[in-house]
Amino acid sequence: MHELSIAEAIAQKVRERATGRPVAAVAIRVGHFRQVVPDALEFCWTMVTDATGLEGCRLEIEQVPATVSCQDCGATTTLDVPILLCESCGGTKVTLMTGQEFMVVSLEIMEV
Amino acid sequence: MGRFHPHADGTMHRHTDNHDHDHDHDHDDHAVPRDVGDHSGYTATGTARIEVLEDILSENDRVADANQKDFADAGVRVVNIMSSPGAGKTTLLKRTLERLGAATRVGILEGDIATSIDADQLEGYGAAVSLVNTSAGFGGECHLDAVMVRSGLARLPLPDLDLLLIENVGNLVCPAEFRVGEHAKAMVYAVTEGEEKPLKYPVMFRAVDVVVVNKVDLLPYLDFDLDKFLSNLKAVNPGALIIRASARTGEGVAEWCDWLLGQAGGTT
Repeated sequence: MHELSIAEAIAQKVRERATGRPVAAVAIRVGHFRQVVPDALEFCWTMVTDATGLEGCRLEIEQVPATVSCQDCGATTTLDVPILLCESCGGTKVTLMTGQEFMVVSLEIMEV
Repeated sequence: MGRFHPHADGTMHRHTDNHDHDHDHDHDDHAVPRDVGDHSGYTATGTARIEVLEDILSENDRVADANQKDFADAGVRVVNIMSSPGAGKTTLLKRTLERLGAATRVGILEGDIATSIDADQLEGYGAAVSLVNTSAGFGGECHLDAVMVRSGLARLPLPDLDLLLIENVGNLVCPAEFRVGEHAKAMVYAVTEGEEKPLKYPVMFRAVDVVVVNKVDLLPYLDFDLDKFLSNLKAVNPGALIIRASARTGEGVAEWCDWLLGQAGGTT
């Protein structure tokens, strides 16, 4: 449960960029390998925003599947579970290609 | 799913003030499944997307860099020690302090959600101990982050230390996500935890330089398959050093201390 820390880090970035303007939404991109539970993050986001002047700011979570590339057979596998195995040959020599993303992508600022 | 679809139609909205961005936005494309938008609350005045594209944990990493600079200035090497609750970190640290003795000046930064029980156990071994309770805010954090470590550093005589050991909060998930400025990451793993954990918690097992496989004195009484565990560990982290140990009997403590001294650039 490190979602509260993450929600606070996102809120800090939002405040820095918004510079006092009201924010309708923040879009983030999170890879599946980052061990973030979206429901928990949304719950923490509500708690953090209600306390910090970002009330009502929506959190849009874009999830990126974890994919690995096999060093032996070259196949690409999309992982359903965080177990680093090649689906094609069963090999364990795989390189994580996507799934570690962890980024604030954009803000939607309300124009008043 | 690109959220920023460039489009020539700039007439959908009119900017009434100056924004620090120069890209197109698309207000019709809130392509997020759970947001089947009632945008009536703000579309009357219009909204504008500004691109951020910054790592969520960049502030943590900035403080971690500051910590690392302080470590470099003080000439102290730092190892972040992680594990599940009850894997034996504190007991291993006691054996470590006994063995290293006065020849190595050791500091301990003890992270716990609450209480000073572990920190109290480590008093009296000649090490400088700084306790960081992570429950100062809401709920109690399940990990140490760079800011919490920084607060704990203020209570340690860094320039007088050779080695700083950070005992992280017992947890196999969260501590792996937060750099604190350490030079190496270590993990204490008890054989009572089962063979499959490297596969279930690959982020943690991938992050570490060394795994101390602790409580091996219990192996005769367990169904734990050490070879299977090692094979699972190799699957997620082929490069990790593995040390068989029992903090209770002292097995492996010498090898662990040698590894620590190697980190600190010293010898026994």
